[in-house]
Amino acid sequence: MPAEPSAVKTPLYDVHLGLSAQLVDFAGHLMPLRYASETAEHRAVRTAAGLFDLSHMGEIFVTGPGAAAALDYALVGNLSALAVGRARYTMLCAHDGGVLDDLIVYRLADATFLVVANAANRAVVGAALTERAAGFDAAVEDRSDAYALVALQGPDAAGLLAAVTDAPLDGLRYYAIMAGRVGGVDALIARTGYTGEDGFELFVSAEDAVAVWKTFEDKATPTGLAARDSLRLEAGMPLYGHELTAETSPFEANLGRVVKLDKPGDFVGKAALAAQAATPPGRRLVGLVARGRRAPRQGYAVVTADGTPCGVVTSGAPSPTLGRPIAMAYLDGGVADEGLAVDVRGRPEAVDVVALPFYKRS
Amino acid sequence: MSVPEELRYSEEHEWVAGLDGESGIVTVGITAHAADALGEIVFLELQPAEGDTVEAGESCGEVESTKSVSELYSPVTGEVTAVNAAVIDEPKVINDDPYGEGWIFKVRIADEPGDLLDATAYSKLIEED
Repeated sequence: MPAEPSAVKTPLYDVHLGLSAQLVDFAGHLMPLRYASETAEHRAVRTAAGLFDLSHMGEIFVTGPGAAAALDYALVGNLSALAVGRARYTMLCAHDGGVLDDLIVYRLADATFLVVANAANRAVVGAALTERAAGFDAAVEDRSDAYALVALQGPDAAGLLAAVTDAPLDGLRYYAIMAGRVGGVDALIARTGYTGEDGFELFVSAEDAVAVWKTFEDKATPTGLAARDSLRLEAGMPLYGHELTAETSPFEANLGRVVKLDKPGDFVGKAALAAQAATPPGRRLVGLVARGRRAPRQGYAVVTADGTPCGVVTSGAPSPTLGRPIAMAYLDGGVADEGLAVDVRGRPEAVDVVALPFYKRS
Repeated sequence: MSVPEELRYSEEHEWVAGLDGESGIVTVGITAHAADALGEIVFLELQPAEGDTVEAGESCGEVESTKSVSELYSPVTGEVTAVNAAVIDEPKVINDDPYGEGWIFKVRIADEPGDLLDATAYSKLIEED
């Protein structure tokens, strides 16, 4: 599968080539899909540590005396209540309440916020933040090209990082961030991730990307997007373009908790989201485990015992940890959990509805 | 990517071995290029069993990897004389050894198949792919 010639190379492109990665065009970036076996990469993250290039993600800075107020207006979360050094999972919604992107916002200083956007939505998020911050004393700057993002994830991540940093990691809680030196370069060290494991995301300047990667390359398993997807799916984490879209409300996605309707002041989408909060969602997001070996995939119909379509799969893959195919799907309102199947290319494959996540670290 | 000289290939990325043999029985598998593009194969469904017939160019099963699913096409017409139960049990063998232990089925061919590619032509095809 040849990549688009226009696709952007991350600062780690040559490193991926050197590791014989299979590269794919993902949201306009040439990214490693896998280095060798994606299942081995997945297991390495669950049992030891994996190393990820996430430099395709967008880093957008919102700064100034009005930065917190601007984000309170622009996003569904209560960012002015976020303590310096902490992070929050939140969303950018449209006026009709549809999700334009899910984000992690880090408060680096009283008047400095780092908004991390999905690669595919970086331009949308940058434009929306700029427009929505216009009435506030705040500046919005997309600095994605100046940054590389390297993630170190897995039960061994903390030990590997502690060996090469002066930062006091014991004091760095989940969803917190601090500055520190990592392997001799300046980094923002965040205890966040998308794998269901303990781990870190390291924001470094683009020119330091190779140095920070090489610090861990022989101690953690380089892990591509294929395993990143199966890891997040096992952890029950939504992915934009799958569980979340502009046609999805946060409430349908079981993410109503991130919509802070009671925060002071107005915010974009508030009226629509308040109305959605007051009425039960028409559909609900569930986890499915297949009884057979054929995997439900995005877009496949969920059907009742008599074959009537009653929902749609948003993500699905064989789960290395469970040893069976798993999926997330939206079920229509009123559909019972029992007796469901997924239409896998014309043949119903029985599935069981299970509570999310599929995997929780012990 | 390895493209052994002695094999013949379909445009759907199956290989055929033993066309020159006396027995009229050929072995079929999927190429290293296809296995690599699919990623780790987790499930192989083969519709015909021993004694069933397959038609060249017709779907005869599916190959499912962690990321995707592809149809498996028979590159030849004839009667299936053997199915590799080991790869059905553990399809990852196809990734590990696509031209050896990863063979999928054997067919007693009725006629010489017409439109298979030689190694040079197949190499050219996958370069353009």
